[in-house]
Amino acid sequence: MTDVVMPQMGESITEGTLTKWLKQVGDTVERDEPLFEISTDKVDTEIPSPVEGTLREMLVEEGETVEINTVVARVESADGSGAAAPAEKPAAETPAAESPAPATPVPVAPATVTAPKGPLSPLVRRLAREHNIDLAQLQGTGSGGRITKSDVEAYLAARGAAPRAEAGAVTPPAQTPERVAPPPPAGAPKQRIEPMSNMRKKIAEHMVFSKQTSAHVTTVHRVDITMVARIRNGLKAQFKERYGFSLTYLPFVLRAAAQALREYPLVNASIDGSDILYHNEIHIGIAVALDNGLIVPVIRNADGLSIVGLQRSVVDLAGRARARKLKPEEVTGGTFSVTNFGSFGSLFATPVINQPNVAILGIGAVTKEPVVVAGDAIGIRSMAYLSLTFDHRLIDGALADRFTQRVKQILEGWTEQVL
Amino acid sequence: MRKVEIRDLGRLGYAEAYALQKQLVGERQRGEIGDRLLLLEHPRVITMGRNGSEQNLRASREELERLGIEFHETDRGGDVTYHGPGQLIAYPILDLREWKCDVRAYVNALEQAVIEVLGEFGIKAGREPGMRGVWVNGAKIAAIGVHISRWITSHGLALNVNPELEYFRYIVPCGLKKPVTSMRREGSQASLSEVSETLARRFGAVFEREPAAAELEKVE
Repeated sequence: MTDVVMPQMGESITEGTLTKWLKQVGDTVERDEPLFEISTDKVDTEIPSPVEGTLREMLVEEGETVEINTVVARVESADGSGAAAPAEKPAAETPAAESPAPATPVPVAPATVTAPKGPLSPLVRRLAREHNIDLAQLQGTGSGGRITKSDVEAYLAARGAAPRAEAGAVTPPAQTPERVAPPPPAGAPKQRIEPMSNMRKKIAEHMVFSKQTSAHVTTVHRVDITMVARIRNGLKAQFKERYGFSLTYLPFVLRAAAQALREYPLVNASIDGSDILYHNEIHIGIAVALDNGLIVPVIRNADGLSIVGLQRSVVDLAGRARARKLKPEEVTGGTFSVTNFGSFGSLFATPVINQPNVAILGIGAVTKEPVVVAGDAIGIRSMAYLSLTFDHRLIDGALADRFTQRVKQILEGWTEQVL
Repeated sequence: MRKVEIRDLGRLGYAEAYALQKQLVGERQRGEIGDRLLLLEHPRVITMGRNGSEQNLRASREELERLGIEFHETDRGGDVTYHGPGQLIAYPILDLREWKCDVRAYVNALEQAVIEVLGEFGIKAGREPGMRGVWVNGAKIAAIGVHISRWITSHGLALNVNPELEYFRYIVPCGLKKPVTSMRREGSQASLSEVSETLARRFGAVFEREPAAAELEKVE
């Protein structure tokens, strides 16, 4: 096998992004025939195969950015000189490929780290990480006891293909209480400096930018969510059994918001200089809390999804957000945002608009309250606050309230079948 | 000094120019020709590079057609861009092995040539950190998008001399929410052919190639 690596396209260039595969596994290639394209600095470059043969492995996905010298493809040469593998880079020099965005370490890590035999390909590393496999437990069948992709697959099959860490609902992973730091010994420095992570810096910039850009105003409406709560409680077990994930309140709010956005397109717009940019599609960003961070993946064409479809998207996006596996295009292009601070117990909050949106809807905690119901009686109802922060440059209070009232009305009079 | 043949193609459709580049790249690869610099102008066209996203297109395909704007997906680096009359397009067909095998140095050199051209016309232009292209006070005046096949370059740069800037509103240029500008807007009355000649000269200086002046007249 001949390795094709991410080439160094210039002196100061340390990484490249694979933009397109031009061949697929099993395709035959001529010597010098382009295998894939990479992109660095607005330059798109075709990378040719160094030998004539068959493409056997594609180790990097389209859109992935990897360091130079990372093995991208393996080509089996036509003359079958498999044994005479040209200088393979030791695995230590090819750190596992990561998408460009990750800012904090991937939380999933094998508990014990015993060095497995032989170098590991990025693909094997990735599989191990994704499935939380301790590679030391595997017996490699590759040359020199090296662990190959098929070893990992066999191991997974044997393990019963247990699904990886169950993708939770949008509520954050169980919070471990912050460890109480022991009081510093006398004479210790009074401050500690820690550089912000890239993600933290980006969040900081975005928040200040948003506050400087939009005229933030928040309006709060109280919604009686009893009807939805009943539906949800009634279907909970059946839903979980059928789909493998839980039904939360969030997809109901998303569904109601999508419908209301269709009716009030200005809330789904952006401002561009002195133009109003109406978005004909409804792409809703959902705020996902990470360990010391926040990311807003986008549910595209949210208005076309049922409650089941929305819940599935939420579970998928939130799960991959926490595993740092979102693609760049999954966190851009939102036209409206929803944030669910209620899952942390907040009753209502005043969220910051996710630019270039003009509004964000926040959902507070659902609590049972004694409320005055029809006939001046007091009943026990499931209540929640909806807060809409809107950009007063474009949206006036009357419109913001009509929009929020519409969301409330849909939730209170929920009629749609869920299953 | 090595030579670079300059070919002024006048106004040429995107597809025709693309086919011509492909042909020249093949010839350059086989060593049948030397380095070339194609200078031209495109009719209104929006092109999307390999890193492009439809998100950065603000009008539907039907709308573009109604507006008389062609649409092409293409194999250069970069995102969406607009080309049209009044914009000088430069497509160098170079063998970088005879210069430097360094794509970043190549893009820097293209930018350098444009910055020097603008300087000659009294416009102070520069680079923006973290972004490619040439900028004047935070507005983009020249865009860059390159394709390389076995170190032979194609595609290149687009310099706004005096285009109808309102056409840029149909795209988010290069996916960036930044304004665009032109030499005209920055106060220069230069014509496309003046800028074209200056670019050929500056390009030659930056890449240490002597522009072959004999080919400066139009090729039909």
